[in-house]
Amino acid sequence: MPSEKMLMNGSHTVGEAAVRAGCRYYFGYPITPQNELPEYLSARMQDVGGTFIQGESEIASINMVLGASVAGGRAMTSSSSPGISLKQEGISYMAGMELPGVIINMMRGGPGLGNIAPSAADYFQATRGGGHGDYRTPVLAPAGCQELADLTFLAFDLADKYRNPVMLLGDGLMGQVMEPVVFPDFIDLKDLPRKEWALHGCEGREARAVYSMFLGQQGELYYHNLHLQEKYDRITAEEQRWETKRTDDAEIVVVAYGTAARIADTAIEELEAEGIRAGLFRPITLWPFPLPALRKLSQHVAKIAVFELSLGQMVEDVVLSVGERAEIYFHGLPGGIIPTPAQVAAFIRSALKGDGTVGRRIDV
Amino acid sequence: MIIRTTFAGFGGQGVLLMGYVLSHGAMHKGLNITYFPSYGAEMRGGTANCTVTLSDKKIASPVASNPDIVVAMNYPSLVKFEPAIVEGGAVFLNTSLFSEKPSRTDIEIVSVPTLELAKEAGSDRGGNMVMIGAVCARTGMLSLEETVKGMQAALKGKEKFFEQNQKAIEKGFAFIADGK
Amino acid sequence: MSEQVEYIKVFGRPESLKETPTHYCPGCGHSVAHRLVAECLDELGLRGKTIGVPPVGCAVLAYNYFNFDMVEAPHGRALAVATGIKRVHPDKFVLTYQGDGDLAAIGTTETIHAANRGERISTIFINNAIYGMTGGQMAPTTVLGQNATTAPGGRDPRLHGRPIDISRMLAVSDGVVYAERCAISSFKEIRKAKKAIKKAFRCQLDDLGFSLVELLSPCPTNWKMTPKAAWDWVAKEMVKTYPLGVIKDLTGYEDKK
Ligand SMILES: Cc1ncc(C[n+]2csc(CCOP(=O)(O)OP(=O)(O)O)c2C)c(N)n1
Ligand code: SF4
Repeated sequence: MPSEKMLMNGSHTVGEAAVRAGCRYYFGYPITPQNELPEYLSARMQDVGGTFIQGESEIASINMVLGASVAGGRAMTSSSSPGISLKQEGISYMAGMELPGVIINMMRGGPGLGNIAPSAADYFQATRGGGHGDYRTPVLAPAGCQELADLTFLAFDLADKYRNPVMLLGDGLMGQVMEPVVFPDFIDLKDLPRKEWALHGCEGREARAVYSMFLGQQGELYYHNLHLQEKYDRITAEEQRWETKRTDDAEIVVVAYGTAARIADTAIEELEAEGIRAGLFRPITLWPFPLPALRKLSQHVAKIAVFELSLGQMVEDVVLSVGERAEIYFHGLPGGIIPTPAQVAAFIRSALKGDGTVGRRIDV
Repeated sequence: MIIRTTFAGFGGQGVLLMGYVLSHGAMHKGLNITYFPSYGAEMRGGTANCTVTLSDKKIASPVASNPDIVVAMNYPSLVKFEPAIVEGGAVFLNTSLFSEKPSRTDIEIVSVPTLELAKEAGSDRGGNMVMIGAVCARTGMLSLEETVKGMQAALKGKEKFFEQNQKAIEKGFAFIADGK
Repeated sequence: MSEQVEYIKVFGRPESLKETPTHYCPGCGHSVAHRLVAECLDELGLRGKTIGVPPVGCAVLAYNYFNFDMVEAPHGRALAVATGIKRVHPDKFVLTYQGDGDLAAIGTTETIHAANRGERISTIFINNAIYGMTGGQMAPTTVLGQNATTAPGGRDPRLHGRPIDISRMLAVSDGVVYAERCAISSFKEIRKAKKAIKKAFRCQLDDLGFSLVELLSPCPTNWKMTPKAAWDWVAKEMVKTYPLGVIKDLTGYEDKK
């Protein structure tokens, strides 16, 4: 049975959803603004007989996830931007070894230590692989507490289904905001598909190894990469998710994800009162980016307005999707600032007029 | 209907708890809510604030360009948030701590001597509960019963504080009913 | 006619400290530790040739308070950064100032290897048994039974492991010439700490090797104690896990009595 409606902040929501989704192994190192998540799980894992370890670093934590995953457990780690940078090596190994695992990034302002306010400046890092090598990780971008819960479940399922690390990309605001949530029922661990590839000791079978190094002279690494790519193509074809609002007969459509989309949504409501017909296109998977859907939409609207909490990252995917089908405008704010709906409304008005006072036109 | 309320004050004045009480009360009443606190290093400086949005429709942005209601538990909070309040909005002042008044004339001003009232209700520490009582009573966001429910949900597991807090909330409601 | 009175300055702000008020909480050990470091640098005439590396932790803004050159390092990497600096400037004075999370958790590798290489660097290690900056999570040095936000109910050796005595572990290494543990808990102990810091600095000036002073340091905020209770807790409780005194001394310096 799903839970009653509960009032929880975003970090606790992810923690509770993870436990209900069958995660019994959490490893992480403290960093603001996501400490409430490990703090929650340090107690909650005791209730459910799971494991919580505060690793000595993010590097250690992601490698503990790697270990728990290869042993067959549903495992996760969480951090914020500087810590996620440290995890990239481990994520690359997990991708190469085809190990599932869930990584939460509650992004904060960067580069370097930056600050702890919300930001969305890790889009490139998250969607382009982040670490070394030719690999991809599905990236889910929640825009509220209910979606944090639902996408946490999805993250574990996708990770197991494709044997691949999956990232949930939130920001400081998503981690702190409190909203009513209804949690899906607890997964019965016995119902999860058996992980035939996991290591439990070779008693009764041939010994096997899990690795990412392919030194063979017969092109083993070459074929391994083609195999991975075939998987990424499958994910691209099957796992795109997005949401649209008021896009029918819109004069302009705002493209935004996560917190930025929530703020843009209110801006659009406010503009309706002025007689401006603006719509919203919200990617939920950032990789795979819902390119065909946005392409199709752009055939019917004259203007696309991209709003980001970074100085211009997702806009590149929008350009790839839209091309010259519509005029593209961009407005981005450096990480570490929470914008108001009024600021976004000003951008939309400016893009409609094409006067360049807020944001700028992207020359395709 | 959509109402945005910002609570602000020193850390330790129970500012975030006021936001929880309103949020829980409104959720039990069946409204949509979002609650967004200031956090982290922002709080080292000794100030705290949170914004609660209530609506009967789905709420888009958890941050508001302009709050409808500001609850200023100390003077710096009044200075910081007064300019942002919407025309026709309201500000609640914790007059136990400061006597300065807003300069704006297009907003309603409600003065609440929280500490004196809390003492009358039998506790030195219930100033925030008196205030949330006064806020809910004056704005009609929650009834007395809903406010008390909200407090109990917000403090689940700390039942020993229920009785005292309820008295303080009732005091806040009575203060408004007396037409102060 | 009054006589001309001559004043002798007996106490003042060390030149190595700026006049900026710190952001540290009342009763925090960081402020005292800053002052001790600054006094020692002044007394040894080192301010102008010092390059310091603060941690990521509550002392991340130390460059606003110390009045000498400083450079930020990523969390835990202070001794790697300091190594780079010292190799470029062997004739300059290089110090790191690090918390327990920074030095003994995320930075353990960098710490052990810089010490083991015998880098001519002096390290001030602030052990407050908690993660101050991030709001009270368990530190590697959190003592058994001590509460932390990620050790609900207190540190339990089965679940969370035991507190680490990194200074004693480092002392095993041949690169370390001097290691001492002191406490910010009373005037007497603070005076001892100052002597230790000065000695550690001399090790670097005499090109002997790596030196370390660990300071047990109160964090009233995250221990949820009054300043007075926190200082007492250092003196009475923390020293049980981390006994005070010289851990290793190969300097051959004669201590002035
Ligand atoms: C890579 C990375 N991970 C995590 C953090 C968050 N962080 C900042 S300070 C700190 C630990 C602080 O504890 P300590 O070193 O004991 O110093 P204190 O604040 O107690 O003085 C952490 C985990 C960070 N800045 N960078
Ligand atoms: S949190 Fe603790 S270590 Fe940090 S400044 Fe306050 S008392 Fe000092």
